[in-house]
Amino acid sequence: MNSFLLQINNLEVNFDTRAGTVQALRGVSLSIAPGETLAIVGESGSGKSVTAQAIMGLIDVPGRISGGDILWEGQPLTAAKVGARHILGKEVTMVFQNPMTSLNPLMTVGAQISEVIELHLGFSRQAARKRAVELLSLVGISGPERRLNQYPHELSGGMRQRVMIAMGIACEPKLLIADEPTTALDVTIQAQILELLAELRETIGLAIILITHDLGIVAGLCDRVAVMYAGQIVETGSVYDIFESPSHPYTQGLIRSTPQLDVKDERLVSISGTPPGLLDPPSGCAFLPRCPAGDGGCDKPQSLKAFGAGAVACCKAGIDAWKEAV
Amino acid sequence: MLQFILRRLFQGVLVVFGVSATVFVVTRLAGDPVSLMLPLSATEAQRIAFAQQIGLDQPIAAQFMRFLGDIVTLDFGNSLWQRRPAIDVVFERLPNTMLLIAAGLGSAVILSIPLGAIAALRPGGLVDRLTMSIGLLGLAMPQFWIGLIAILIFAVQLKWLPTSGMGTVAHIVLPALTLSLTPLARFTMMVRAAMIDELNKQYVKTARAKGLGLPRILRVHTLRNILVPFLSISGWELISTLSGYTVVVETVFAWPGLGLTAVQAIQRGDLFLMQAIVFVIAILIVIIGIVLDILSKAVDPRIELN
Repeated sequence: MNSFLLQINNLEVNFDTRAGTVQALRGVSLSIAPGETLAIVGESGSGKSVTAQAIMGLIDVPGRISGGDILWEGQPLTAAKVGARHILGKEVTMVFQNPMTSLNPLMTVGAQISEVIELHLGFSRQAARKRAVELLSLVGISGPERRLNQYPHELSGGMRQRVMIAMGIACEPKLLIADEPTTALDVTIQAQILELLAELRETIGLAIILITHDLGIVAGLCDRVAVMYAGQIVETGSVYDIFESPSHPYTQGLIRSTPQLDVKDERLVSISGTPPGLLDPPSGCAFLPRCPAGDGGCDKPQSLKAFGAGAVACCKAGIDAWKEAV
Repeated sequence: MLQFILRRLFQGVLVVFGVSATVFVVTRLAGDPVSLMLPLSATEAQRIAFAQQIGLDQPIAAQFMRFLGDIVTLDFGNSLWQRRPAIDVVFERLPNTMLLIAAGLGSAVILSIPLGAIAALRPGGLVDRLTMSIGLLGLAMPQFWIGLIAILIFAVQLKWLPTSGMGTVAHIVLPALTLSLTPLARFTMMVRAAMIDELNKQYVKTARAKGLGLPRILRVHTLRNILVPFLSISGWELISTLSGYTVVVETVFAWPGLGLTAVQAIQRGDLFLMQAIVFVIAILIVIIGIVLDILSKAVDPRIELN
């Protein structure tokens, strides 16, 4: 019925805190096709990482998935927990933000990679180690045999992230979720890691969800973009459309606040104000208080509606008079 | 590594020297060794003869040099009580203490890891609260009291186990149980706290994202990470047991180990035996320290040995 790898419908995630219920995700829907690269962008607290963790089943108490569903190749991923184990870690894998803390400090790199191969593919220890050597050279680590017996503290940050990626692609997954994979790395290493992801996408036909707040790395790597704001997706579209003609005022602000090397003499614009608290989010458009063009009509709940080639959650989208105002 | 061991051994020698000097000084501060060791009825001639025999008529510096020379050859003099070399008595009793410690501390180690881990899985849950309450109770009760109550219940009332002494396997149950409770409580609390810490670390999320089940994550990933703090706390506990707990527990259960022997030596004013016991325990503690450092390095390669 559908050709999507992963489909998320109306996902809601709440965190029960002492101060009340924080609505981290407020009805998120997205989908990704095989081999596609989707970027999820947004500022801190917009729900990007929570979305990834919900997919991977990593939402812990006090958090809970309170609504919606996650479908993997049409089958619910959250409902069948036992079955999910054979998908999570094998067909969907994840690379985390901070390679410094994401590896077990007391296990050798080889043991940490082999572990996942032994678990999901039933390899013997020797076969798994051989495969680990292949993987390490695939992600561009020199002298892989020697690295196998090293501990994470003997590796640089970029190298550790390569190890994480090697672990991520160990069982030839269909989807890799990369949660800000380059944030903790310096700029030259960032470029190398992104190049590696782009390469892997070509060589093993990997679909990638790239979570980032850095629009700069989206343009080069991704096919499609979903922009998140206050626990909701406010706009999706192809990379080209999003960068060339963003429809949501938040997306527009986001793009204008990204420094560009080729545009001179223009002051960098920032979006004034702060995102709403998610303890008691507004029922209408969450961006309204910061929106340069919002008016009384924006009080009603906004939902993602097809617009142009993509979709946007803004009741004013496409109205010419409004375009002028923004 | 070898350099480290040599350096630690050298430090150990210094520690042992310090202990020897302290033992030497303290035993002489405690009063006149001759009147301590001879019965009240001894004549003046007998006192002088005895003082000469054990070298007490010489200047204090010469006595200390001779004392140092003797301990290098493990010659602590004859035990007055047993009338044979003091070191022989120590080596005869030491294995009994080792056996008791192995049974008591060993069971504390083996039980505390699963208990602490289960408690850590749900902090504030039923198992957690139960374990912690029992743990606090274990820490709050003095061992001599635990021992007496255990004798009262299991030996006197139920008649399941012998009250004291050594011989069959049944004899070791009560003293080992008594010895294990305090360390068990301390270990369990430590494992729980460290486990809660580890389970919140990012690498555990990675392991979960890899699709690993909780048992494997606990067994393979977090256990190794709590092993270093666990090693150091169990080392401390081993030292406290060797130099303190066993004295109490062996006395309560008349377990013929080094602790009971120490008490008997003090009661009988057996200075030489006392010195031998303190010296051997000091050496054991130095060795335990070195072994612990090496084990920690083996578990955590990030530890620098120096």
